Amino acid sequence: MFIKPYGDTSNDGAVQLSFTLPVKNCGRAKEAARLYVQKLGFQKVDVVHAAALSEDFTFFVAYGKTDVSLDYDKVEYAEAVDKYMSMDEVNEFIKTHFKRKLVIVGACTGTDAHTVGIDAIMNMKGYNHHFGLERYPMIEALNMGSQVPNEKILAKAKELKADAVLVSQIVTQKDVHIKNLTELIELAEAEKMRGKTLLVMGGPRVNNKLAKELGYDAGFGAGTYAEHVATFVVKKLYERMTTRK
Amino acid sequence: MTPLKSKLGLSKPKIDRARELAAEITAPVQEFIDTHTTVTIERATLRLLGADGANDDGVPVPNLIAAQCGAKLSGGAAAFYLNALLKLDKKPAELNKEIEKGLNICEIPLTDAKRIQKKAEEIIKGLDARIAGNVTHRNAQLKLSKDKIKSPMIYVIVATGNIYEDVKQAQAAAHQGADIIAVIRTTGQSLLDYVPYGATTEGFGGTYATQENFRIMRKALDETGEKEGRYVRLVNYCSGLCMPEIAAMGALERLDMMLNDSMYGILFRDINMYRTLTDQFFSRMINTAADIIINTGEDNYLTTSDAVEKAHTVLASQFLNERFAAGAGMPARLMGLGHAFEINPELKNGFLYEYAQALMAREIFPEHPLKYMPPTKFMTGDVFKGLAMNTLFNFVSKATGQGIHLLGMLTEAIHTPYLQDRHLAIDNALYVHNTMADFMDEIEFKKDGVMARRARQVLDETVEMLEEVKRHGLFTAIETGMFAEIKRPRDGGKGFDGVYEKAAGYYNPVEAYLKKKLKVGK
Repeated sequence: MFIKPYGDTSNDGAVQLSFTLPVKNCGRAKEAARLYVQKLGFQKVDVVHAAALSEDFTFFVAYGKTDVSLDYDKVEYAEAVDKYMSMDEVNEFIKTHFKRKLVIVGACTGTDAHTVGIDAIMNMKGYNHHFGLERYPMIEALNMGSQVPNEKILAKAKELKADAVLVSQIVTQKDVHIKNLTELIELAEAEKMRGKTLLVMGGPRVNNKLAKELGYDAGFGAGTYAEHVATFVVKKLYERMTTRK
Repeated sequence: MTPLKSKLGLSKPKIDRARELAAEITAPVQEFIDTHTTVTIERATLRLLGADGANDDGVPVPNLIAAQCGAKLSGGAAAFYLNALLKLDKKPAELNKEIEKGLNICEIPLTDAKRIQKKAEEIIKGLDARIAGNVTHRNAQLKLSKDKIKSPMIYVIVATGNIYEDVKQAQAAAHQGADIIAVIRTTGQSLLDYVPYGATTEGFGGTYATQENFRIMRKALDETGEKEGRYVRLVNYCSGLCMPEIAAMGALERLDMMLNDSMYGILFRDINMYRTLTDQFFSRMINTAADIIINTGEDNYLTTSDAVEKAHTVLASQFLNERFAAGAGMPARLMGLGHAFEINPELKNGFLYEYAQALMAREIFPEHPLKYMPPTKFMTGDVFKGLAMNTLFNFVSKATGQGIHLLGMLTEAIHTPYLQDRHLAIDNALYVHNTMADFMDEIEFKKDGVMARRARQVLDETVEMLEEVKRHGLFTAIETGMFAEIKRPRDGGKGFDGVYEKAAGYYNPVEAYLKKKLKVGK
């Protein structure tokens, strides 16, 4: 199935854009914006708004139509989990299949000081009425907080014999998160933890595809709740346990 | 700030009780502060006496001196620096060069204490003149631009990592109407136990706070301010392990505001509590002397805790920050107490609670330029919803007469702001400010309506919480997670080894000068 953006008619290819150009706001600037959007491959370009940000910069809102379409059947993306369980189902699953509590250690590592993501997944209260892992009776959850060195979280995971490690990365400027996430994988490799302890990453600018590329077991982006991560962890651990037997 | 009669029917005896409790809670902490110094207080003192520069490895001169002093820091570092100036007959800039090259000033035998004190007086006279000059200049500029500065003042952040890029963005934002520009710091700077030296162009999620970067941005904003006929205030972060040093640099380079909280570093950066509490006192004296408005960080509580359930922790912390600041000689007009618009947008009547809590803060702290922070926790990447939430935030801020209004960005949770994001945010705020200019005076509230009841409940819970903090003492309260649900052990955290009990005969002429000027202590 080939798809194109939908504005007000099937396959009209309508796209909304907004951007800034480093020129003074004037008629010529507006024409430049129109030509620029045309160069991007859009047709029937309409620059509907132009505003001066300073003497040297102008902000534009533009609409255009595109001919480009995409074969949706050929798009490959594996979700970390097909079907999520609720908190109660996760606990039952652990009781039935593991007969012990699972240990999960999490932190916002590297120089990143933003705990909002790891807190949403781990803290008792959770986020948006979805309880965090600390609330799960069958999970021992330890949230180590922010700016935790990669060495330290792995050492803690070893000490507690953690079943899974959760790494949160919020700051992504200049790809600082990629460097840090890669460092953690290398350390885990050196410590022979890969393939044993589940390594899971999360953050607004990461997803499952990036996680796989970097060598993590899974990655979760914006809109993730604790039960999503928990479902992945218990199912993956169960899969490993049963295939090893 | 127009004085208000309480529209929420808040109980004055309850508010008085909360202030009384805050005084009782902070008194034993102040006793600790008065008998201790820290490595960064000593370095700040050295900076104010003229120590500056860094060696080839990037170690700043104040750090080199502190390392030379070692355990002698408990007696104060100032005497060694003053002594070296006298004995070597050098100006600070010349002495700094020698120290960069390896001169150990702690090995020079100390001259007569009277001569050292005389030298201190001479330098402090110059320091006092420089700071007073900054204050006079700022006040004159503010007077000229009085009608052009908005109420609440519009505050935006730049955070490129490169001070020269920051300048472009800051000037554009000021041109668009921003009254206040904050240069956010690079992630991780709060945990450095030194202040980097010189202009910097590399940073993550922000730009290093250095004295040279302060100077570059100050000059740029002064230029734009002149063009626009409106003084533009500059903000940085007086927090982390170098809190007093940043205050010193800000006082010297005419910053106008500083993020500065008595407990933020303990809770959110895992800095040792004795260290932070001692540092906040010294840094607040410097900020007060330089007439710098502080912004406290209560908004952060609501990023880790629920904004409805834990609203009282914000108010409790505001009372404590107020009391600590007053203890450092700070008048209310410099206390930008923090709070935030962070209630889950899906909660029914959430807007009424936000409105009630913001108005409550305004009524309880009538002279304070309250710092109101935008939604962040429930910003999702849906920029259109984000813009709508920011509009409601702008509404509450204007409707309750907030002082310092940090603009929400529609791209919060996505990336550091683009040039256009700030433009859209400022445009939104200006629209709201204008269209409801006199709204605040027009409106009153039902005596026992949702909002009045909400404000009363938060105040009641605050007094209960402060009673409990008082029973345990502040140190234990922090240890047991009473603030932000974060537990910090009293001997844990970073920077504890940099706390020293003051030795008998502790000498710090800058501290003495500040205390005298601000009438602090006995």
